[in-house]
Amino acid sequence: MSGLFNPTVAWITTRATLGRKRALLFAIPAVVLIVLTLALKASRPPARPWPSHVLGQFGFSVLLPLTALIIGCSVLGAEIDDGSVIHLLATPVRRSSVILTKFAVAAVLTMIFAAVPELIAALISGGGLTQPTVTSVAGGAVTVIPGAPISTGNFALGLFVGALVGAVIYNAIFVMVSIATTRAIAVGLLYVLIWEALLSNFVSGARLLSVSHYALGIANGIAHDPTLDAGLSVPTSIVMGAIVTVLALVLAVNLLSSFTLKGEPA
Amino acid sequence: MTIELRNVSRWYGNVVAVNDVTMSIGPGVTGLLGPNGAGKSTIMHMIAGFLPPSRGELTVSGGHSWHNPDIYRTVGLVPERDSVYAFLTGEQFVTATAKLHQLADPAAAAANAVALLDMADAVDRKIATYSKGMRQRIKVAAALVHDPEILLLDEPFNGMDPRQRLHMMDLLDKLGSEGRTILFSSHILEEVERLSGTIQVMVAGRLAASGDFRAIRRLMTSRPHAFTVRSSDDRLLGGTLIGRPAVTAVELSGNALQVRTSDYGAFCRDIAVLARDHGIRLREVQPTDESLESVFAYLLSD
Repeated sequence: MSGLFNPTVAWITTRATLGRKRALLFAIPAVVLIVLTLALKASRPPARPWPSHVLGQFGFSVLLPLTALIIGCSVLGAEIDDGSVIHLLATPVRRSSVILTKFAVAAVLTMIFAAVPELIAALISGGGLTQPTVTSVAGGAVTVIPGAPISTGNFALGLFVGALVGAVIYNAIFVMVSIATTRAIAVGLLYVLIWEALLSNFVSGARLLSVSHYALGIANGIAHDPTLDAGLSVPTSIVMGAIVTVLALVLAVNLLSSFTLKGEPA
Repeated sequence: MTIELRNVSRWYGNVVAVNDVTMSIGPGVTGLLGPNGAGKSTIMHMIAGFLPPSRGELTVSGGHSWHNPDIYRTVGLVPERDSVYAFLTGEQFVTATAKLHQLADPAAAAANAVALLDMADAVDRKIATYSKGMRQRIKVAAALVHDPEILLLDEPFNGMDPRQRLHMMDLLDKLGSEGRTILFSSHILEEVERLSGTIQVMVAGRLAASGDFRAIRRLMTSRPHAFTVRSSDDRLLGGTLIGRPAVTAVELSGNALQVRTSDYGAFCRDIAVLARDHGIRLREVQPTDESLESVFAYLLSD
């Protein structure tokens, strides 16, 4: 009877999430990304590969997950921490509905605070422009970047869509983590910095289990930019991303269904 | 509309919080009393569906409460923790709760509940601006918004001033007399002296006593109390106090009086009147054996 999306839960969640001081943090990764892009654009020729590296690898494996981490851990984790979640759970609202609604709010907020800035930064960067293919001359050796010219529009659209997908998958994970542990931010930070930012970029086998590579794979499906270093194909990215998202959400529903109030007051 | 516990135990690792408790709670007001750490909250959490029993059978209106959110259609819960959605106004909070219960007319249900709790004047303010007693009442309003047959209140009198407490007790009595099952927990016996109904006393994880409020209350008022009293003239005060029937012993020790009395309430009234009549300034009137453990130990020894 009750749908999977509960408007009342969404309304409370949005007000709670944007009303906290923590909400100021949401914008920090986006600001960093745009400032970095402006600085690089001012100091370098508007050519590949730096836009791909900064917006693709760095954007998808550090900035996007950090935004998703802060938001994904806020939508439910903050309520669990301060105990107010009990007012929501002491109602007949399905636990699956609570999870899906919170997840949807987190994903949309992450899209606003991370995917839209990706799009803006990509348009600013001029990435994909048909600039000279020679990008550096060092000690007489000329580095040639291969590949056909790509329009900035395609490049930006690819990164935007990749970031949208990344926002969805990352938030499914972080909403689940925020129920599983009270130290969700710390756990999430370790995961982002060690797994997504380090191992998945240096250990090729780790790509198959890396959200940033799913997002890159999908971005590359639109941008067709070899400098993105997308290691996964579009179908692989979609299938793996969907599996991770569904598993995380199912786990989250189960964890929330077994939510317990702990202990006696001392 | 009953709550049934049959041989319910709950342990955390090696620590037994609730030990083989069997009780049946029906319509009317029931107090779950006991000192801190006796297992009251654990029992409340299990009944409310936020903790599974380690062993035993626990049913609420015939159904299990663990992993069964449908019980909240007939159960209202007032949690102990003070955390509410403080960024909402009282009206928004209660109306949102009504919507979560999928009531046909959330606004009307919210207005009813708010009126019942006498909160109509404050509902347009954010809960963040409420006093602790007001937060308690808005939580009760939210718990009552779907007109539940069972109302669970975990330490509802915490943080209330005496007037709010009386108002809350009157409300619980009224709800109980309407045929609802009201279960509340409290660790302060004196707090609940006005309530009628039954009580279940927990001590150290076990159900130690259960019975009628009035009988327990008689025991409480007649139990001996000891006070330490300091005043501007201890010797004069001691002499006048010993003339009162409620006072059984007076000892002048050092710079204080040790007074024993058989009637807590009468002594408290007497000492104030005597001090005023004799122009004595009271500096300190301190009960000396008011530890909860001693109160419950006294009740249980009888």
